[in-house]
Amino acid sequence: MAKAYRIEVMACTGTGCVSNGAFEVIEAIREELKKKNLHSEVDIIATGCNGICALGPIMVVKPDNIFYKEITKKDVPYLVEEHFLKGRPVKKFMYTPPEEKEPIPLLNEINFFTKQVLVALRNRGLVDPEVIEDYIARDGYAAFAKAITEMTPEKVIQEITASGLRGRGGAGFPTGLKWQAVRRATSEEKFIICNGDEGDPGAFMDRSIVESDPHSVIEGLLIGAYATGASKAFVYIRNEYPLAVKRIEIAIEQARDRGLIGEKIFGLDFNFDIKIVRGAGAFVCGEETALIASVEGRLGEPRPRPPYPAEKGLWGRPTCINNVETWATVPVIISRGAKWFSSMGTATSKGTKVFSLVGKVNNTGLIEVPMGITLKEIIYDIGGGITDGKKFKAVQTGGPSGGCITAALLDLPIDYESLTAAGSMMGSGGMVVMDEETCMVDIARYFLSFTAYESCGKCTPCREGTAEMLKILERICNGNGQPSDLETLGTLSHAIKEGSLCGLGKTAPNPVLSTMKYFKEEYESHIYKKKCPAKTCRKLNEYVIDEKRCLSVGHGCDICKKECAYDAIIGQTKEAHRIIQEKCVKCGSCYDVCKFNAININ
Amino acid sequence: MGKLSIEDLAKIKEESKRKMNLRDGEYKAKINVHMGTCGIAAGARTIVDALLREIEKKDIKEIMVTTSGCAGLCSREPMATVEIKGGAPVKYADLTEAKIIKILNEHALAGKVVKEYALAVGSEKTTA
Ligand SMILES: Cc1cc2nc3c(=O)[nH]c(=O)nc-3n(C[C@H](O)[C@H](O)[C@H](O)COP(=O)(O)O)c2cc1C
Repeated sequence: MAKAYRIEVMACTGTGCVSNGAFEVIEAIREELKKKNLHSEVDIIATGCNGICALGPIMVVKPDNIFYKEITKKDVPYLVEEHFLKGRPVKKFMYTPPEEKEPIPLLNEINFFTKQVLVALRNRGLVDPEVIEDYIARDGYAAFAKAITEMTPEKVIQEITASGLRGRGGAGFPTGLKWQAVRRATSEEKFIICNGDEGDPGAFMDRSIVESDPHSVIEGLLIGAYATGASKAFVYIRNEYPLAVKRIEIAIEQARDRGLIGEKIFGLDFNFDIKIVRGAGAFVCGEETALIASVEGRLGEPRPRPPYPAEKGLWGRPTCINNVETWATVPVIISRGAKWFSSMGTATSKGTKVFSLVGKVNNTGLIEVPMGITLKEIIYDIGGGITDGKKFKAVQTGGPSGGCITAALLDLPIDYESLTAAGSMMGSGGMVVMDEETCMVDIARYFLSFTAYESCGKCTPCREGTAEMLKILERICNGNGQPSDLETLGTLSHAIKEGSLCGLGKTAPNPVLSTMKYFKEEYESHIYKKKCPAKTCRKLNEYVIDEKRCLSVGHGCDICKKECAYDAIIGQTKEAHRIIQEKCVKCGSCYDVCKFNAININ
Repeated sequence: MGKLSIEDLAKIKEESKRKMNLRDGEYKAKINVHMGTCGIAAGARTIVDALLREIEKKDIKEIMVTTSGCAGLCSREPMATVEIKGGAPVKYADLTEAKIIKILNEHALAGKVVKEYALAVGSEKTTA
């Protein structure tokens, strides 16, 4: 007999909230409920990520949909007494948008959530990812049942093709076409792979999907296996995602127990098995041919294509490889139909896309939006605008393979093509928002340092080229840039793009090219004036103490002098201080420690 | 646990319906028990408990039980408001376990107001 409750507390246990103490808070709530004898009336469920990670630990109280944020252990007794016992939602734990006074009690009225359309994330915050019945209760595995009983494999592929679904892992290849190629390949054995390597810095879409709804990925794989004729799947997940690994392991075990993985599934002539492979976290291993090599136990290096994995993949067999988000989207297309899916989006890009929204926005987190939404809507409506009321400068999309987009393009409806035309790319969905205080040369240097480090070294243009570009960018940031550097960067970029074997090298110069295109004057200022307009590149800064302020507000507190390791600051306690420029190494530590804003950067 | 057949999927979905209705905020009728300090002192918690156990026993799926603060008429606690989706709320006062079960069966489930326990239809006479 199923227990009846009057309240269910859906507590987020995505990695973000867990690192903010979600499990301790849940335990405290359980204990408090017992103490007040409410445990037979109020239940608490550990769900996956809710998306608004900046506010964790968060929870949503059902049935009323009250949204609470930043709950700590010491808030628990009051919350339980007031809301769960007396039915009075607690204002002080609710979310108040920046620049507003009154909190918003309801989840569905918070801007961050209202503009989102959840397809891949359809079950987020609504199921316990470790309970298969929760997934089934929300129509889970019904799409697979429909596919295998009512549709031929060809019909399934037709439906996926007609939906317009394109790969969510970066390249945007039409998923139906890929499945078709694997279906047509003749071989006694075929494989499918779920790519959960997710190496882009700042991206966590795939981690979140696996953590919050692992069965959606398994169901996608079942449908894909049936459609392509494969009977074995490999789920490749990076080892740095322990919670995701644990949840997919539990999900696979439950699916196996219930006969959804194994032989004669649903009593039909269909066998299917899944194996988890843990990746060691090299960025290049997300590239499909390198990933396949890694699954086979070889060195994770890419090889030239063709042949594509659809013809010759794992152990030389036809292999269908798709991204986590692509797989999680498949079941909904089968159950709701291609028409429904393709009614969302733009001419070339259908459906929805998950983005991780990070950087200088108020609401950082994970969002899912229809293709064709504008960057303005994402940054201002969902993201709640730029932090501290600063000015927007650019948004970087596509991670280390992408580029930046400037304020002039904020109204651009985003899809695969429009982002590429703007000099960036969709990529896997990383979105880093930058404000006026971000140095674009420094950003380019950061991404190049990532790709140079992650280059596997197999092909020379990528290995040597990215290292050389990084050297030049570091030189520019340190004030040693030369007038010829810009041209050299351009030449190197094109050579690397042309000559590299895989996508890592082919796209590595993009962050440099796009910042040089839109922010040339910043590069020139670094090179010719030796100044960083954003004041981020410290070696180009001149630190000067505002002597009046130092004395009148700070009373010559002397902290900067003690902090300076080079004895470059003079002045006695209670007197105004001064920096001797000849001795200053521009480390900026005096600026960091001054509590009175008495140090200026020129 | 046994292997699933296709029919089992629908069965599991049906069995979990009450839980999912709660998560989706779906209901046919809602019973709101007032839980101010006065309500609790007058025994509102036993009313809630009686309701939930009856719902479990009969495996009722579409009745939502909620609580809210004081209804403003402390002398008549425990009190509850029943609302059939889309209809006017009806307030009941001086509740006992037996009375609330009767209200659950006759009003919330069968749609017939239990006149002898009703305080008011609509909320014009109280402040809630
Ligand atoms: C350097 C590099 C890294 C990649 N990393 C990933 C990754 O982490 N996850 C992913 O799904 N695809 C990644 N890809 C893309 C894969 O090669 C492949 O296109 C993708 O897994 C196909 O699935 P999809 O069609 O569903 O997107 C990467 C590609 C390159 C060149």
